[in-house]
Amino acid sequence: MRRYSRELSVAGALLAALLALAAFAPGFYQAQPLLSLLTREAPALVVACGMALVLISRQIDISVGSQFAVCSVCAGLLAAAQWPLALVAPAAVLLGAALGAFNGALVAGLGLPSIVVTLATMVAWREGLRWLRQGLWVDLPDGLQWFGLRQSAGQWTLIGLALVVLAALALGSRHLAAGRFVYAVGSDAEAARLAGIRPRLTTFGVFVFMGALAGLAGMMNVVQSPQVDPNSGTGLELKTIAAAVVGGIAVSGGRGNLWGVLGGLLLLACVSPALTHLHVEPHWEKAIQGGIILGAVAAEGLHRRKGNR
Amino acid sequence: MSVPLLQLTRVAKSFGAVRALKGVSFDLRPGEVHALLGENGAGKTTLMKVITGAHSPDEGVLEIAGRRVRHLSPAGARRLGIACIYQQLALFPDLTVAENIALRLDTPHALERVRRQAQRERARQLLQRLGAAVSPDAEVRGLSLPAQQLVEIASALGAGARIIIMDEPTASLTRREVELLFNLVRGLRADGAGIIYISHRLEEIFQLADRVTVLRDGESVGTRVLRAEKQPRPCDEADRAAPAPGSAPTPAATLVEKDGAGGARRPPPIAVQSADANVTAGELIRLMVGREVSQIYPPAAGPAGGSVLCLKDVGCAAAGVHQVTLELRAGEIIGLAGLVGAGRTELARVLFGITPADSGEMVLAGQPVAIGSPRQAIALGIAYLPEDRRRHGLVLDLPVAANITMAIHRRLFPGGWLRLGAERSLALEMIRALAITPPTPETPARSLSGGNQQKTALARWLAAKPKVLLLDEPTQGVDVGAKSEIHKLIRGLAAEGLAVLLISSDLPEVLGMSDRIAVMRGGTVAAMLPGHSEAHVVMAAALGQGEGSVA
Repeated sequence: MRRYSRELSVAGALLAALLALAAFAPGFYQAQPLLSLLTREAPALVVACGMALVLISRQIDISVGSQFAVCSVCAGLLAAAQWPLALVAPAAVLLGAALGAFNGALVAGLGLPSIVVTLATMVAWREGLRWLRQGLWVDLPDGLQWFGLRQSAGQWTLIGLALVVLAALALGSRHLAAGRFVYAVGSDAEAARLAGIRPRLTTFGVFVFMGALAGLAGMMNVVQSPQVDPNSGTGLELKTIAAAVVGGIAVSGGRGNLWGVLGGLLLLACVSPALTHLHVEPHWEKAIQGGIILGAVAAEGLHRRKGNR
Repeated sequence: MSVPLLQLTRVAKSFGAVRALKGVSFDLRPGEVHALLGENGAGKTTLMKVITGAHSPDEGVLEIAGRRVRHLSPAGARRLGIACIYQQLALFPDLTVAENIALRLDTPHALERVRRQAQRERARQLLQRLGAAVSPDAEVRGLSLPAQQLVEIASALGAGARIIIMDEPTASLTRREVELLFNLVRGLRADGAGIIYISHRLEEIFQLADRVTVLRDGESVGTRVLRAEKQPRPCDEADRAAPAPGSAPTPAATLVEKDGAGGARRPPPIAVQSADANVTAGELIRLMVGREVSQIYPPAAGPAGGSVLCLKDVGCAAAGVHQVTLELRAGEIIGLAGLVGAGRTELARVLFGITPADSGEMVLAGQPVAIGSPRQAIALGIAYLPEDRRRHGLVLDLPVAANITMAIHRRLFPGGWLRLGAERSLALEMIRALAITPPTPETPARSLSGGNQQKTALARWLAAKPKVLLLDEPTQGVDVGAKSEIHKLIRGLAAEGLAVLLISSDLPEVLGMSDRIAVMRGGTVAAMLPGHSEAHVVMAAALGQGEGSVA
């Protein structure tokens, strides 16, 4: 249980926030808006899971927002070209994986710092997309929205998909050798190499996987509305890194648990609607989110300092 | 009797549920070397950290020069004249030697200019007194472990400290460097400083220490006087004469200039307390472990078997190894002796594929092989326990069980799915076999003591059931009781058919454990000697003055 102390405290904070809302802003608890909120956040959860793995391996990927946008737009274009959904979805994932592989090749292959590489690709892909689309939205064919189901069925499908991805990754990181390799490489790459693990291959794999998840998230975004905005995904990297950090993933690598990411994301996501229902200025959203992030990291730091002294 | 430099009374410290110190009383008098002995986990490191202000005790009284000190911080301890040379070095790898020393010794105002030239000169002088061939401009990252240690000692000594703690200072030093260090320590002692000397090497303690205190399980179980305590006779003017012109002041004396003692030599002291009779190594070991432990090395079970790994003119230019011809046979332990820098660890790294060989031939179990990476080496059945276990022997954030199984993933977890139950039982088996404490497989490796981390690293390679086992300083920093266990284990592994290459700076260990001894010098094998050779023969070969170079 002590191992999950961080995740439990995030869950506790979330529960406290929800209870406070039930007391002071019961308007928050309306089925339809809540469902819409969760659906909107589902793609971010998928990306946050990938980001958690990247952070655990002691890397960072700030190009996920651009990957998300590129994959969304391409998925939309393929759908508009009458491709069936069953082909569009894998194509989006593969495209994301390819973009991730590019990052991974530079970071793992050439040993370049991931922040520099992903900063460059973030800008390059975003600008490339802008140049390609000239800001035009993509009109999607009719049967695509909500997978062709009714809206609520589609929403629950998306939420369920995100939760399945989270569960699969949380269990996989603990029960698959590949998961342990990620933790080992993030903690001490040289020690891992001396034990027979391949740190560069592991790092490459993490970036490819991140890209694939960004592609999946892009697909999940596309089915939510009749058009695709080429500017979608801006700020996604900050949101998902924040969710991971609040959820207990250490930026220094090697530590953290995927279940916390869910708590972190929800805690940050409920700030905006909570403010609306508490009749507070919506401008406070970013400030409060920043406060939550600082509070989470500071609490961890203080706890660690007390343990050492 | 003079006021003790340092007095600890019933000091206790706990970390959560672990009671590292249970009420230890300890004192250090001026002008003495007080050795501290104890098994791993006995509390020596914690005691040191209390003295240097890194930890604050939960109970007990700390007095320095007779005055009680509360809430000691590391900076405060430094100001009070306490210096420490840790076993796990605390240098800044990206800075130069001179910058590192300056950081330790100076506490400049933030806006003060950095006086580079003066810093370099001071570093150069300190290093010269230690006889260290280290340049003040060298980047610490590129220095070998022994050289880094010498930098640490130089900065501690340069601070003019009165209470100096040394934790296993000779672990990676050559015999010559050890002698220089001993002379320095004796000089400091003659000038009234007090040295707390922590070491597992009993012969050094008998050579150097005046008193020895044994810790066991967080308590002090006994203090023995090894050498009669001496009280300085009161000085008069005649004795305070400056050294005769033309004679060079002894290096150790000039190091404590800051103290104001200058180069004056004291008159011969009067003995006030006689030594305890019959303090033997056996008795100290018995105090440490609470039971009798013999220091006999386990003998070979039988003659060596067939050739397992055969090297012919193997070399790696980048590692400085050349023309190594060696044969490792099943059931045999080959000790790799030689001075620091002779190329022993470099050879092991070539064999393990960290720096792959670029010349010569290697034949493993009859097949010619080229070992290009550690992964390949492991697949071929070669295991390597590196010298610096904290940096690269273990993944510290992962638990003991995960570290133990790290090299055998393919075998234990086919298909990539972790079988945590199987891992746990294997870990428990290893923990029992090697007496790793605490005996829980979930403990993160970071929280184990140094010796237990070493055992965990060894367990990883034992679990891999290799054909060839390369051990680089396997008992460094490990206490006597565990050392003996590890020796028996190594011998047992050899008896099962492994070929073992044992690198050790502990000459008795090399002599006692090896069936054959390969002496390295200058990156190649200078001599092959039979096991149980005489120490001076091995040393002569290591220095290049030997007869008997039988290839």
